[in-house]
Amino acid sequence: MSDQATSFVRNDMLPPKEPPSSQVGVVKWARENLFGGWLSTVLTLLSIAAIVYIVWHLFPWFANGVWNADSLTQCREILNGATGACWAVIRVNWLQLVFGFYPPELYWRPILAFVLLFVAIAPVLFPSVPRKLLWFSGLYPFLAVWLLWGGTVWAPVLTLAGFVLGYLVLMAAGSLGTVIATGLTIAVPVLFWLFALGPLDDFLQGVIPLEIEPVASRDFGGFMISVVIGVAGIALSLPLGILFALGRQSTMPIIKWISVVFIEFIRGVPLITLLFTASLLLNYFLPPGTNFDLILRVIIMVTLFATAYMAEVIRGGLAALPKGQYEAADALGLDYWKAQRLIIMPQALKISIPGIVNTFIGLFKDTTLVVFIGILDPIGRASAIRATSDWQGIYWELFLFIGAVFWIFCFSMSRYSMHLERRLKTDHR
Amino acid sequence: MATDSGAPTGSFRLSMLLYDSRYRSLTIQVFAFFVLMFGAAWLVYNTKTNLEALGKPFGFDFLFNTSGYDIAQRPIEYSSQSTHLRAAMVGLLNTLILAVMACVTATVLGVFAGVLRLSNNWIIARLMTIYIETFRNVPVLIWIIVTSAVMSESMPPPSAFRGADPSASMILWDSVAVTNRGVYIPAPLVEHSLGSLNIPGVQLSLDAIAFLVVVALSIWVNRRVLAHATKVQNATGVRPATWWKSLLILFLPAIVLLYAMGFHLEYPALRGFNFSGGIQMRNSLIAMWIGLSIYTAAFIAEIVRAGIMAISKGQTEAAFALGLQPGKTMRLVILPQALRVIVPPLISQYLNITKNTSLGLAVGYMDLRSTLGGITINQTGRELEGMLLMMLIYLIVSLVISTVMNFYNDRVKLRER
Amino acid sequence: MKKSVFLGTLATAALVAGYASATTLEDVKARGSLNCGVSTGVNGFSAPDANGVWQGFDVAICRAVAAAVLGDPMAVNFVPTTGQTRFTALASGEIDLLARNTTWTFSRDVDLGFTFVGVNYYDGQGFMVNRALGVSSATELDGATVCIQTGTTTELNLADYFRVNNMTYEPVPIETNAEAQQQYLAGACDVYTTDASGLAATRASFENPGDHVILPEIISKEPLGPLVRQGDDQWADIGRWTLNALVAAEELGVTSANLEQMAAGTNNPEINRLLGTEGTLGEMLGLDAQWAQRAIAAGGNYGEIFAANIGEATPIGLARGLNAQWTQGGLMYAPPFR
Repeated sequence: MSDQATSFVRNDMLPPKEPPSSQVGVVKWARENLFGGWLSTVLTLLSIAAIVYIVWHLFPWFANGVWNADSLTQCREILNGATGACWAVIRVNWLQLVFGFYPPELYWRPILAFVLLFVAIAPVLFPSVPRKLLWFSGLYPFLAVWLLWGGTVWAPVLTLAGFVLGYLVLMAAGSLGTVIATGLTIAVPVLFWLFALGPLDDFLQGVIPLEIEPVASRDFGGFMISVVIGVAGIALSLPLGILFALGRQSTMPIIKWISVVFIEFIRGVPLITLLFTASLLLNYFLPPGTNFDLILRVIIMVTLFATAYMAEVIRGGLAALPKGQYEAADALGLDYWKAQRLIIMPQALKISIPGIVNTFIGLFKDTTLVVFIGILDPIGRASAIRATSDWQGIYWELFLFIGAVFWIFCFSMSRYSMHLERRLKTDHR
Repeated sequence: MATDSGAPTGSFRLSMLLYDSRYRSLTIQVFAFFVLMFGAAWLVYNTKTNLEALGKPFGFDFLFNTSGYDIAQRPIEYSSQSTHLRAAMVGLLNTLILAVMACVTATVLGVFAGVLRLSNNWIIARLMTIYIETFRNVPVLIWIIVTSAVMSESMPPPSAFRGADPSASMILWDSVAVTNRGVYIPAPLVEHSLGSLNIPGVQLSLDAIAFLVVVALSIWVNRRVLAHATKVQNATGVRPATWWKSLLILFLPAIVLLYAMGFHLEYPALRGFNFSGGIQMRNSLIAMWIGLSIYTAAFIAEIVRAGIMAISKGQTEAAFALGLQPGKTMRLVILPQALRVIVPPLISQYLNITKNTSLGLAVGYMDLRSTLGGITINQTGRELEGMLLMMLIYLIVSLVISTVMNFYNDRVKLRER
Repeated sequence: MKKSVFLGTLATAALVAGYASATTLEDVKARGSLNCGVSTGVNGFSAPDANGVWQGFDVAICRAVAAAVLGDPMAVNFVPTTGQTRFTALASGEIDLLARNTTWTFSRDVDLGFTFVGVNYYDGQGFMVNRALGVSSATELDGATVCIQTGTTTELNLADYFRVNNMTYEPVPIETNAEAQQQYLAGACDVYTTDASGLAATRASFENPGDHVILPEIISKEPLGPLVRQGDDQWADIGRWTLNALVAAEELGVTSANLEQMAAGTNNPEINRLLGTEGTLGEMLGLDAQWAQRAIAAGGNYGEIFAANIGEATPIGLARGLNAQWTQGGLMYAPPFR
């Protein structure tokens, strides 16, 4: 065989040929992603046409924007017939859009409260932040209330003292059994707030007067009011939502019945009717002569509203837990609250995180409805601005601005929830 | 831990109410019940005292007084001489009309956006992502107000249609007029009307009823024909052609009926200050409709996308392995399964739309909140009764919607065996 | 607001059932400020200026009352109310006085449980149209689209007027004056109807006021005045007589310019009684002797307030008309201070 001439073909492999130009790079990508069939082609062309059209019309409007003017008429004079945005309306009014009528010399207080808000929620949001900061998170609500509304420092301090008192009672009464301990933990602080708070406040204020200038709620406005209502609603609705979710899952018929009626009632009516209840009817339901802050009433109503939704979200998380988890907790001899705290809730809350964050986003967007009961939130400020003779007839600029701010808040919340979902998923495996 | 078994016996002691788990739940419930009753009594007492202090009686008589105000959009007969109750009914109907319109368009838009977001087409998928993220992260109130502002500021006034050389003209072969007061569309009318059925309070047009009955009958007959064809196919393997029968059955009776009644369209025409004739969809309705639809559609799109993505790829592959074509795969395999995931959140979106119709007061849409909960309360000063009644109505509407939709959900739900 | 909101909540939660409610005057004095309900913004009547300070004809009444009661015309919390929320705000005690061009009607006075303390502006409902429409009378408005503010008497008057005249119209209900203005300017309605003074104020804020005409028909009587809750006569008296003091001051020639000089004592006993140099009128009201002095010092007498906010020299440019002193052929007539 060896002398036979082998037909020699080649010693080395040919280098692979370049794929045809239609199979590489931009062309391939475009073929697959833009022109992969007649329908896709049509859609692509339509989309491009739409984008070009929109950019063509909007670009000059943005590019010609006028930033320095005192009125719309002046804007138009500067533009001299060209299309262009009159951003001056934002520049002139933006302090009012952000703070409402809050006294300008005190702007540092809401700003500080806002910055501290991030410090306070950091340990909740990001696990890499030292746990010790959680102490600050617990203190933050009282600090924020004091900073925003001002007044004597003793009222928030004493309110906080009530909580500490409750905790001490819980520790001390632990040996008396769950029911008594829980009862005492609720009763003692409430009694403290009711009867000891006022006199103690006056006394301490007399001894060590620590006071910053008080600001009335009606001076709050703009985005500040949205954030205040939103954050308060979020912070209060989560614990309440957990309670109602547990109530609805409870084996005790009366507790369950109360929770179901509450949740279904709130979910069945529009938020706006609840807000009108806060502004029109609450005074019928309270003892004659009592009258408290409109913003506080709104926060209560918004919280109740979010609570019902939160309860349903958490109930979903509870229902998704295998029954074995409950049984295991029982088998370990844990009492109800311990089982909830150590076994059930950590898992159920983890499952419900996307829903919880969605509820938060919805709540934050819903704060815009307060404009209907006369609170000057950004939309309320915007209509007031549009009513002045200087800015009559302007709307796109204002609503774009307001929409953009809301978008930034809500979008970052939803991104955070996605991030959280991914992180918890890997934890799980 | 004691090791003895068996239930503890012996006489009942008072402390068992707290420590014995058999009685403890009873104690807690009785306590909760008393707290609840006490709270309720407290509220009622306060309300009574306050009402007395204000000198206002509690009662719903005001509903039967003359309302005195006019409503622009009235689906049923109403004038300023009608009662407040009638005004509330007009408002409720307006709420429902808006809710139904918005639900339909939001679903259509949302399904399109959701499916397109999953499309292989890069640019359209990106565009849909932008749409969804933009619209669902900005409060719906802003969308409604912006739509309303665009309608009233940038559409031509009716006067622009007037004159020899008008600056605006009607679209779609002179049948639709878009003005800054709303959109005028042709109205369907019949020449030989069958009259109307007068149930106290409501007038039902017999023409519409006849038309609906005929259409429903046609659909039923068509189903029978199709079922028969399937039966033949199962027996013989050959499916008889049914398309022409279907066409005939579905359309002929309805066309004959319309012809017999003398059906025609009434076109809007400019008369005096405004267009008249045709159906006017007012600015407030359009703003609410568009605002609610585009906002909710963004949520529905996400629901649809999640539903489709929840179906494992194996299902598609299995369907292909069976030789099903992509269209049939979608219709017979993917969608029925995806629907189970989609329907429950869709229900809550429909409920949200219904509740969000109450934002009508931002643009002056005369819904239930603006009639009963707005002008009526304001003119009569009966906040308490008006608000309670309004909440009750909203609650009933919500409960009805969720019951109906849950019934549907039960039907599409996976039957576990 | 000395005690924080927190305390407020807790106090409420405390089921402090039926604590004796003090009189409005005591409440206001204890609070140190007057809660006054105004509109959310009608140029010339009540609107915040660029610094957030409320200005206007109705606002001046609040300031006068605050000056009379508390001695400080700036000690007023202005609560913006819409047509829909104003009465509940007053009934619930959120505000002590409502000065928001509110029409004095039978049912509001009797059925809703309020007391009107007087009339500070005699008005009537009118119509404004674009000059280009070529309409010269309200009777030509058949089929027109009309912008109205909901929750006001104008809504009911309008329905009556068109029904009586056998005309049809298309109502566009709107919440605030600002929106109505905008809709009207955009041409979304042919006609804007509200109180004639409001129309004038609105028209004055337009870029080209000359393009719009106010039709001659005035279809209703709209006596606008401040009101308080029924049942606290002392407080109602304070409101009523503060308003009367302003009107009487104009009649007697007491102005903010010559107030100090007059307060030193004059030979007109009525001026002396008004300004507290003679008699004990202030004491009878539960106030001090200088109450009317301070009320007048706050913004001048009725005529000065009128001229400064809505008079002919302002952009609003309203003539005194019915609101002139009775001696000048108007309806402003203060009962004697005696």
